[in-house]
Amino acid sequence: MADPFIRTQMLPPMAPPVRTSGSIAWIRANLISSWLNAILTVLAIFAVYQFVMLALPWLLHGVWYAGSLGECRDIIAQNFGPDAGGACWAVIRARWHQFIFGFYPPELWYRPIICFALMFVALMPVLYSDDPRNVGRVLIPLVLLTLLVLVAAGTPAPVFVIAGLGLTGCLWVGMRRPLGLLPVTLLYPFFTVWMLWGGSVWGVATALFGFVVLWAVYRLTSQRIGVVLATSAGVIAAAVWWLVIAGYAVDSLQAVLPFAITSVDSDKFGGFMLAFVIGVSSISISLPIGILLALGRQSNMPLIHGISVGFIEFVRGVPLITMLFTASLLLQYFLPPQVQFDLILRVVILVTLFSAAYNAEVIRGGLAALPKGQYEAADALGLDYWQAQRLIIMPQALKVSIPGIVNTFIGLFKDTTLVSFVGLMDPLRGVTAIVRADIKWKGIYWEPYLFVGAIFFLACYGMSRYALYLERKLKTDHR
Amino acid sequence: MANAAAQNAAMEVSDEVAVQITGMNKWFGTFHVLRDIDITVQKGERIVICGPSGSGKSTLIRCINRLEEHQQGKIVVDGTELTNDLKNIDKVRSEVGMVFQHFNLFPHLTIMENLTLAPIWVRKVPRREAEETAMYFLHKVKIPEQAHKYPGQLSGGQQQRVAIARSLCMKPRIMLFDEPTSALDPEMIKEVLDTMIELAQDGMTMLCVTHEMGFAQAVANRVIFMDQGQIVEQNEPKEFFNNPKSDRTKLFLSQILGH
Repeated sequence: MADPFIRTQMLPPMAPPVRTSGSIAWIRANLISSWLNAILTVLAIFAVYQFVMLALPWLLHGVWYAGSLGECRDIIAQNFGPDAGGACWAVIRARWHQFIFGFYPPELWYRPIICFALMFVALMPVLYSDDPRNVGRVLIPLVLLTLLVLVAAGTPAPVFVIAGLGLTGCLWVGMRRPLGLLPVTLLYPFFTVWMLWGGSVWGVATALFGFVVLWAVYRLTSQRIGVVLATSAGVIAAAVWWLVIAGYAVDSLQAVLPFAITSVDSDKFGGFMLAFVIGVSSISISLPIGILLALGRQSNMPLIHGISVGFIEFVRGVPLITMLFTASLLLQYFLPPQVQFDLILRVVILVTLFSAAYNAEVIRGGLAALPKGQYEAADALGLDYWQAQRLIIMPQALKVSIPGIVNTFIGLFKDTTLVSFVGLMDPLRGVTAIVRADIKWKGIYWEPYLFVGAIFFLACYGMSRYALYLERKLKTDHR
Repeated sequence: MANAAAQNAAMEVSDEVAVQITGMNKWFGTFHVLRDIDITVQKGERIVICGPSGSGKSTLIRCINRLEEHQQGKIVVDGTELTNDLKNIDKVRSEVGMVFQHFNLFPHLTIMENLTLAPIWVRKVPRREAEETAMYFLHKVKIPEQAHKYPGQLSGGQQQRVAIARSLCMKPRIMLFDEPTSALDPEMIKEVLDTMIELAQDGMTMLCVTHEMGFAQAVANRVIFMDQGQIVEQNEPKEFFNNPKSDRTKLFLSQILGH
């Protein structure tokens, strides 16, 4: 037998061996590590070169100042020879406002601009609830930019002053305590509806009061009859308010205190303004509905389980366009003739339900990923069902589901372009078709699509980057 | 542990009944997992439940806080009978602490948040007070310095001690332990057992499912041996280990103590 080994000294840790570094080493390791890799590298470089040679001149020859496509072509031919191709960005210069605002009256553009800026303010407590530094990073440039844009849009002076003070105030609050902006978040939907569509302030105010009724009924009854029944009672009370009483309230309040701004019809909405109205409202409403549907699907109460499964499977099984047609045509047939139901509102409702079903399935995946022990520990501590869901289960399930949820959101946002099928002016098909129908720009092809695509990309890329930030922030499991 | 054994006699058992189980039966589907269980636990008792795997011992203590539902018989915990009434169940659960084999700490919350969550939301204790209680129990389980870390940063033994502290923060009258050391490395078992022994010396009513026979001898005043969903033998630890009555118990003891 060999001598027994006994260590007399423990080894100290050493630094790892120096890695071969430098650009040559990197190229060797990654680009030409074998013959096959070398060939693939060469082919790839060639493909990139071909693409750049195709696209670059077209981009470089771009013309910004021209009155029509024909003029564009003349200028390019003059400067770069008769065979040269080139982008005609002049169309964007001439028609950008339709891509952004649709046919919204130009003298009222400040209204959607303020709403767009406030959207970020309203999002801050949700996105950066405990991170005032990021709130500053977003809001400071936003406020400055918004003020500039408001000046450029010819905003009336009083509105400009109010908007400036309001935004600066929000910035001041948000950079101290992001959650202090929560009232802005809660009021934002009502304010925006009033701002965008205009009309009497009392219509929106009474709608808001319906939620106050809901909340009050819930608070008064939840101790006695439980969360679910109290919520139902609140919803019924609010529905009675909205459907029966609110109409009279609006009329009488308007008679006593007339306060209204110019109203704008839904058919004036278009472009990215429309995409954001539909996208943002659907995204923010579909997440809570999706959570409830996912919980309903897990429920052991047969009625709730059945309704949730039925809803989810039905909505996922039907194409969105079918549902949009339903929204635009069938609902109108079935509702009583005097009920006016705005087309955008109908589309928002259906897109919301559609993405809620998808979110429900994504969140169900997150719930399934949680070990049973988490539920048991919550139960064993005496937390009731809703407490356990809110404090233990959902924070973890949603964290796991972030990539899937963001996926659904990005999909939803891009799907807002499908509303062109029911006659709304989405930026892609609706507005672009209008622009291309103009005799001056007939035949233009790439430029509007590139412009619209770039804006969609910015919005979707923003969402995806935020999701990554959130995943990093919530990573506490140290795996 | 010899020291603890000496103190064992000093630990008082009162006449008050903490848990009363009578004629309890439970099935998983068609499988009869618990058969005609009768147990009375006095306040201050330290009961160790052992038996081969699949004998129903975990299921038994999980019935006591209604993580499992029994189908026949009666379970009364601290004067409250467990029925389908959710209010009663939540009341019992807030009085009964439970420690799991896999700790089941909440990984998205810090240790402090793990400890204060239930007192704040269930007992409606003010946050400051809950945090003071939490620090007190973290000192007791000897890891106050970990308060602001996440569970994933702690060793298994530390996590299990946090789990014990989390239960204690609810000021329970009864503690249930479901194989608290089975998922731990040998070096960490001792630190958890020491915590449990201290708890026993403080007079806590405890029901432990465990295979730590040293622990049973040191602090238990009664050992219950289960097999095939039934109580086969119960006795005080000295008698149980030195003079087992049934053949099944003898076989079990020879297998776990035999090497």
